[in-house]
Amino acid sequence: MTPAPGSANGNGGSFGRFWAMTVKEFIQMTRDRITLATMVMLPIMQLFLFGFAINTTPHNLPTAVLMRENSDVGRSILAALKNTDFFEVKTVVTRAEDMDAHLQSGEALFVVEIPEGFERSLRRGDSPSLLIAADATDPVAASSALGALSGIISTALENDRQVAFAEPVKPAFQIVQHRRYNPAGSSTLNIVPGLLGTILTMTLLIFTALSVTREVERGTMENLLSMPIKPLEIMLGKIAPYVLIGLIQALVIIGVGILVFRVPVLGDPLSLAAATALFVVTNLSIGYTFSTIAANQLQAMQMAMMFFLPNILLSGFMFPFAGMPDWAQWIGEALPLTHYIRIVRAVMLKGASIETLAYDTLALAGLMAVAMLIAVRRFRRTLD
Amino acid sequence: MTAAETYQVDAPETVIDVHHLTKSFGGRKVVDDVSMSVKKGRIHGFLGPNGSGKTTTIRMLCGLLTPDSGDGTCLGFDILTESDRIRRRVGYMTQKFSLYQDLSIRENLEFVARVYGLPDPRGKAGAAIERLGLKGREKQLAGELSGGWKQRLALGACILPEPALLLLDEPTAGVDPKARRDFWNEIHALAADGLSVLVSTHYMDEAERCHEIAYIAYGKLLAEGTVDEVIAGTGLVTFTVSGPDVHHLQGELENRPGIDMIAPFGTSLHVAGRDAAALEQAIAPYRDRPGLKWEKGEPTLEDAFIDLMRRSEDNFK
Repeated sequence: MTPAPGSANGNGGSFGRFWAMTVKEFIQMTRDRITLATMVMLPIMQLFLFGFAINTTPHNLPTAVLMRENSDVGRSILAALKNTDFFEVKTVVTRAEDMDAHLQSGEALFVVEIPEGFERSLRRGDSPSLLIAADATDPVAASSALGALSGIISTALENDRQVAFAEPVKPAFQIVQHRRYNPAGSSTLNIVPGLLGTILTMTLLIFTALSVTREVERGTMENLLSMPIKPLEIMLGKIAPYVLIGLIQALVIIGVGILVFRVPVLGDPLSLAAATALFVVTNLSIGYTFSTIAANQLQAMQMAMMFFLPNILLSGFMFPFAGMPDWAQWIGEALPLTHYIRIVRAVMLKGASIETLAYDTLALAGLMAVAMLIAVRRFRRTLD
Repeated sequence: MTAAETYQVDAPETVIDVHHLTKSFGGRKVVDDVSMSVKKGRIHGFLGPNGSGKTTTIRMLCGLLTPDSGDGTCLGFDILTESDRIRRRVGYMTQKFSLYQDLSIRENLEFVARVYGLPDPRGKAGAAIERLGLKGREKQLAGELSGGWKQRLALGACILPEPALLLLDEPTAGVDPKARRDFWNEIHALAADGLSVLVSTHYMDEAERCHEIAYIAYGKLLAEGTVDEVIAGTGLVTFTVSGPDVHHLQGELENRPGIDMIAPFGTSLHVAGRDAAALEQAIAPYRDRPGLKWEKGEPTLEDAFIDLMRRSEDNFK
């Protein structure tokens, strides 16, 4: 930028004005103690909640058993159900109406019905039916437990010698499975890197989404606009202090991930740092763009939330990206979290370096440039 | 080459020179065809009732609002195309305190110094704190200051980058009389050093402290000049009547032809008209009423303004 004649004696020029803004924002940030504490506590809290509380292979699912006959076979099945930690047998009932009531009220998610004459049919070799009713309103919980249930029951009956051991059939071919990068299939390993991106998105969007509207609402914008500072300088000055906060948050999350959840960082830590810095700036620019569009802090907040939701749902954080329909994948490609999660999972779990992830890195940089361009264009230098 | 250099070589007498400024908001003309000029080193008072367009005019002068039509220069720079340069040389003090309430006095001043690219922002801020008499309180948050101190701080921040022109929007609203007096002494001292000032106000005593005044109502500039010129311009003849029951008298006189303005002042009443003969005739029946004391007086600035306001109301209703 060319220095105007009036500031010939001034130092710094454009950088000086950017620095003025950064120092000001930084002081204001440190003065707001509650927000500052939230910034540090929020990532840790979310990490523990997600890391420990969320598990896609559920345990102790409440189960009811409908016993139509009192037999050894029935007791064997009941004992087997009680022995696994998949199911927790809450109640044993004898009437069909009770079974429906339990499912409907949610007291039981599963009901195992042992029909009358089951043992006799079994002994005769009639291959009788055993009914398992599941509350499938939560398909994830129902399907994985249903898959486990038949195995549990047949093993129990074989062990208790209620039925003969099945003749092992030699399969025509064998399938060898390799669970690469996550041999134990632990969902924590998948969630923690995703969470890093999610937490950064949520907190950083809000910080900058409020920054311009706050000045407007407090009446300080009029003064700021009457000063010789340019929109780009204001934007970069407002973003800079939060880059530091974003990087500290990332460090905390990765640190807790390594120490508490045993998540490895197999790739180059510098690649991870570079991608994280890019992602932080991208989110801050998007938040700032909302701030230049919204009329007040509430609107800005709502816009940030509107943006946050598809980020969570369509980025591959919660649901597998490849399973989504094409249109949803296209939306996902336009969200920074999608690219960042790919980068982080690849670097942390697969040992990839940033060069092999050029597409996602460039996509992040592109989204950042677009957001900044809109923000600088949208920023009004007048009160018209 | 540029307007700025011309300005520095031979300073023109006029620092604000704008013509036919018009600005509408939502179809309502807030400023309507306003032209005004302010000379270097003068304190120019800008008067008018609430909502008359003072703030809008000031904002157009410093580039915060774009006029719908009209043009002109501020410090020799075009208000439409060179607002960046105007911003650098103009100190604008907003009506509402608009420094950062959660920054300390020193931090606010350092921010201003840095934004204007002043060398040694810390030193500049320190000097300003001393000048303002805020030494020892520099770490106090600006939001914790009283109204009077906030106003002093705001003025201090305005003059920190050594502007050539100050635009002050109702700087003394809500400030006690002592602080107001100090403020005006400071303004006069600054003007004596060559700084030009455009200050909007409601207060008559402040208007009388200005070198020149401009009166605006309903977006239109109704009078401009020195205090005496504005009073003379209204052509009013004024009588002051005092007595025990003057407010009652006001009701009786209100709509008589020849009386253009009546306003109570404590226990007396100012009765004025533009036509001396008609006025004399109108008040003749009351002159001998016992207890009333009639005196022919000079119209005050306030009489002039009330009359201007009445007349503009008539035009717009």
